[in-house]
Amino acid sequence: MFKRNVKVMNKSGLHARPAAMFVQEASKFQSGVEIFSNAKKFNAKSIISILSSGIMCGTEIEICADGIDEVEAVNKLAELVESGFGEEKIF
Amino acid sequence: MLKGIAASPGVALGKVLIKKEETFEIKQETVLNATEEIDKFNAAISQCETELQKICQHTKENIGEEEALIFEAHIMILQDIELLKKVKEMIQTESTNAAYALSQVRDEFISIFEMMEDAYLKERAADIKDVTDRVIRILLGIQTEDLSHLDEHVIIVAKDLTPSDTAQLDKEKVIGFITETGGSTSHSAIMARTLEIPAVVGVKGALENIKDDDFIAYDGDEGCIYVNPDESCINMLKKKQEEYNTFKESLKQLIGQNSISKDEIQVELAANIGTPDDLEGVLKNDAEGIGLYRSEFLYMDRNNLPSEDEQFEAYKKVAEGMENKPVVIRTLDVGGDKEINYLDLPKEMNPFLGYRAIRVCLDRKDIFKTQLRALLRASHYGNIKIMFPMISSVEEIRSAKAILSGCKKELQNENLPFNENIEVGIMIEIPAAAVISDLLAKEVDFFSIGTNDLIQYTVAVDRMNQSISYLYTPFHPALLRLIKTVIDNGHNQGIWVGMCGEVAGNPDLIPILLGMGLDEFSMSAGSVLKARYIVKNTSQALMAKKIDDILNLSTAEEVKQYINQLKV
Repeated sequence: MFKRNVKVMNKSGLHARPAAMFVQEASKFQSGVEIFSNAKKFNAKSIISILSSGIMCGTEIEICADGIDEVEAVNKLAELVESGFGEEKIF
Repeated sequence: MLKGIAASPGVALGKVLIKKEETFEIKQETVLNATEEIDKFNAAISQCETELQKICQHTKENIGEEEALIFEAHIMILQDIELLKKVKEMIQTESTNAAYALSQVRDEFISIFEMMEDAYLKERAADIKDVTDRVIRILLGIQTEDLSHLDEHVIIVAKDLTPSDTAQLDKEKVIGFITETGGSTSHSAIMARTLEIPAVVGVKGALENIKDDDFIAYDGDEGCIYVNPDESCINMLKKKQEEYNTFKESLKQLIGQNSISKDEIQVELAANIGTPDDLEGVLKNDAEGIGLYRSEFLYMDRNNLPSEDEQFEAYKKVAEGMENKPVVIRTLDVGGDKEINYLDLPKEMNPFLGYRAIRVCLDRKDIFKTQLRALLRASHYGNIKIMFPMISSVEEIRSAKAILSGCKKELQNENLPFNENIEVGIMIEIPAAAVISDLLAKEVDFFSIGTNDLIQYTVAVDRMNQSISYLYTPFHPALLRLIKTVIDNGHNQGIWVGMCGEVAGNPDLIPILLGMGLDEFSMSAGSVLKARYIVKNTSQALMAKKIDDILNLSTAEEVKQYINQLKV
């Protein structure tokens, strides 16, 4: 099992396109991947699960993976979150 | 008369076609062979995916890429691992039919979404319902009503229009639509705006009060629907429709035209951008230049500073995209309130009065020089102008220009070409700068008034603070006086004066600014054509005569009333 904490920084949080990008990336890995936020658990490979999490900008989440490629999975996803999903912030 | 939420502008008058609700009953049935039922389910999912791919493609071709994204999201929902797992589990353990299992599982998910306060998430519940309904219809063998091929012009009235319904509407024949449910951010509302079909949503009681073949009329900007209206009402709306269509046409006619007032005074209407991706909108809306390129986007959402080459490529792209039209690029404008971790900006009590923008650049010369070098190198490929933000003194301008000179010499020694005569200007957003603008005008080639911050600093108000945001007004006499002062001081020294704050695109204030002698108005690209329309219909000389009166008014309210009177 491998896990990391990251902060969601893009303006719209884990909505729409960022959620889709997140789920698509998570689904590439063999390991089971979950995210924890506010003591609740969500399946990182399920778009419905991620969308229902309602995770917004400024929220800290824990990305947790279990399996053969667990380290790569967590790191790639953490990178994606920290890059802000290529989204812009508006002044 | 029925009331709803205005969703898409324009006036519609016409015959009603009610989209019938297909209520299908999902009965729970026991199946003998769970494996076969799961196969049936998989086949339905597959067929649904094919259908959605087709609709997605149709949407891309006939409506737009952005709108097609909805269907890509729907396809993702269809492939959702949790959804599929739970349905198959239920079929297996309870030996129940696929349609029932699916409806149970999706109802569980939908109830989670509907509990959320966020309007956006509530909309997602509608997405899940739309997609799963489609699968259920396939499983139950139900056909859907076809709105893609109609015989006559109609206004559709429905309980709800799903994204797939809206995407497939017969564009030629549907002249508008009304839905009982929905809000202005629902998919159908967004698509209506793209398709330019007038629409009103959230109309309670629509289906009770409107029948097939009724005649209805409404203004998509207002949200009032008239059912079987009398002649005077019809005439009123027809007139509105004409005015609206004429205005839209005339805006299109303005593409390619100059921004010249009634008495032949020419100004420049430019656009504000954040990244090279915004170029498309700038060119489409026929902006005559870029009055503000916010370079800080290059520094955000990353872990390290953008290199000189990376910046050079971005600036070059915009310069080339605009060909010879001016591109004013503002140097790094960030402070402690923005999340740029790698800069290690101090956490301050008062970031807006703190270490930010030009102050950071004059202190961290390495960062400043990298940006200036990139800007100079890119200046070889177009018409770039450099602008320094948050200037408060003559000293700051001289320091910044000295560093710029140093960079020019470096590039000369390296034999890298750049525009030796590149224009250098400053933002006027700090009151001190406005007050000594006569002195500052001697040091630069242009001013650009940043009204957003100028209002905040001048009136001492945080526009985000709801308890006092009423104080933030572009009609404040102090702001208008400062603007006039800055323009006059700039012109006295022979430099041009522009504006890149929201006020530049404000339809009420454009005539006043024109009368004050503003040379360049930079705004969001979508506002340019409307601004051009206003300029063409205003006499600069006439407005100039009014300025003294306006600057002697005592309150923002008086200013607003004065402006309204001018319109009559």
